[in-house]
Amino acid sequence: MSAILVIGELNEGVVASHTFELLAAARSLSDAGGGDVHALVPGDSSVGQSLFGGGADAVHVATNQLLQTELTVDAFLPPVLNVIENTGADIVLIAQTAFGRDFGPALAFNLKAAVAMECTGLTLDGGRLQATRACYGGSARAEVKWGSSVQIVTIKPKTLDALATDDSRSGEVTEVSEVGEARVKILGTEKAEATGIRLEDAEVVVSGGRGLGEPEAFGILEELGNLLNGATGASRAACDLGWYPPSQQVGLTGKTVTPNLYIAVAISGASQHMAGMSGSKNIVAINRDEDSNMVQSSRFAVIEDYKKVIPALIEEIKNLG
Amino acid sequence: MSINIIVCAKQVMDPETPSSAFSVDSDIKQVTPVQGIPPVVNGFCENAVEAALQIREAAGGGTVTVLSVGNEFVMDVMKKPLSMGADSMILIQDQLCENLDALGTVNVLSAAITRAGEFDLILCGQQASDWDNAHVPLGLSETLGIPCLTEAKNIEIGDDSVTVNSSRTDGYEVFEANLPALITVNNEIGEPRYPTLRGIMQASRKTPEILSLSDLGLSEDQMAPAMALSDLYIPVSEAQCEIIEGEDDADSGRLLALKLREAKII
Repeated sequence: MSAILVIGELNEGVVASHTFELLAAARSLSDAGGGDVHALVPGDSSVGQSLFGGGADAVHVATNQLLQTELTVDAFLPPVLNVIENTGADIVLIAQTAFGRDFGPALAFNLKAAVAMECTGLTLDGGRLQATRACYGGSARAEVKWGSSVQIVTIKPKTLDALATDDSRSGEVTEVSEVGEARVKILGTEKAEATGIRLEDAEVVVSGGRGLGEPEAFGILEELGNLLNGATGASRAACDLGWYPPSQQVGLTGKTVTPNLYIAVAISGASQHMAGMSGSKNIVAINRDEDSNMVQSSRFAVIEDYKKVIPALIEEIKNLG
Repeated sequence: MSINIIVCAKQVMDPETPSSAFSVDSDIKQVTPVQGIPPVVNGFCENAVEAALQIREAAGGGTVTVLSVGNEFVMDVMKKPLSMGADSMILIQDQLCENLDALGTVNVLSAAITRAGEFDLILCGQQASDWDNAHVPLGLSETLGIPCLTEAKNIEIGDDSVTVNSSRTDGYEVFEANLPALITVNNEIGEPRYPTLRGIMQASRKTPEILSLSDLGLSEDQMAPAMALSDLYIPVSEAQCEIIEGEDDADSGRLLALKLREAKII
């Protein structure tokens, strides 16, 4: 008998929103014949109760205090392995968070199973999972299937909608007391200093690439970014040339941004860069090459010299107020 | 103090390859190499080499050994870490390594690391730019039974322990573990240094040790994949681009502002 297990996380003492998103994914797999939906979250019975309303058929809580204050891979593995064994779960869903990104692979290798990271689609084929995921910096899509009996998946938060809470659902919460010995100690957390709007939070990002021709050009990009209450980014090529700080690099080996508006100035759009910004809602390309991937991927494009386009753009935005 | 570091590095397709040249052969489920664009050492792996060199320099001694698994290595590409200053290189080159999944890759890496002898630290790039999974380092640490710290932007080596700052979207988290440990690094650890002329000369005199799977005592059945690729394809772009053309360049800029306002984007 197959079953689906959702690995939950806490966020400031309550079940994290992405756990409910995973429950929604688990529910639809269950409706397609994937078996019952089990959920496991660190915490006590009262924390666990909310998972029924989110779609779980059975709830398990890992009660050891350490898991609620210092969640580490080593500490969480034994309770998760316990629940997988007791429920016969053959599908495990994990959020692609700072924790889940490490936990998914660690769990997989512990079970000699495979894990598919950051999946964007899941279907059942003859009772077995098939997953879709982006690779090559988003340039390609892969469909994967598992050879191992346990099939582990991570899903990025906010890619799915949680189900509406069903308060009529409830049940008994099973407590799991095991905890592993943590080999990694958490010493603390440091919040980044607030210096302007962070790239990842910005609703508008203006980025420049090697095609700018000179580092001074970032001045006018910053002016445009500031005017739109946004942040300024750069392609790897521009950062490698020392034109802009690596902390502002957008792309595969930099930050991933999903702003409402992404203005790409003189960036051709190789997968290195697209990987970091293709999730933007509206892409504007200012680029001399009409055939460039960035122009092809954009909603609006201006195929002209940025040095003349951007000052006029800035002036008109000011006029519009 | 002397420290022995192993850096795992991967040869990948250059992610700066123009997307117009990017193509997939769906029959063999592989990305087609582009003529004239050589592969590169994966970006984060170069960051890992840089981190290893910095740690060796700070310790005042030790070794940096670069390890890679693949089928067809381009030697000029793979020797870059040696030109940067790494001491030696081990390449596991075998036809059976062509399409390894994570489980197989970890089996090969751990066998090669065990064969190489004692180490204090293993450094890996945070993820490879081809499959974007970021799961091999975690598997390797599980298999070797050592702690794993990921996404390091800063590494400090103590007497028997290591402290790292791991990048988080809202800052960083500080972790500590005993040595030996495995650490994955990202680009915030520092730009990979450019090879100096002297480095390139020294690297040219170094020969990577090339081993096959049988040299490691591994058989084909130990490479059996736990994950199968059933399809690989290029997604269809849904973007409908509207080209904005004014009377001149500046007019186009002005029209763009109006368009963005009209679409309620600004």
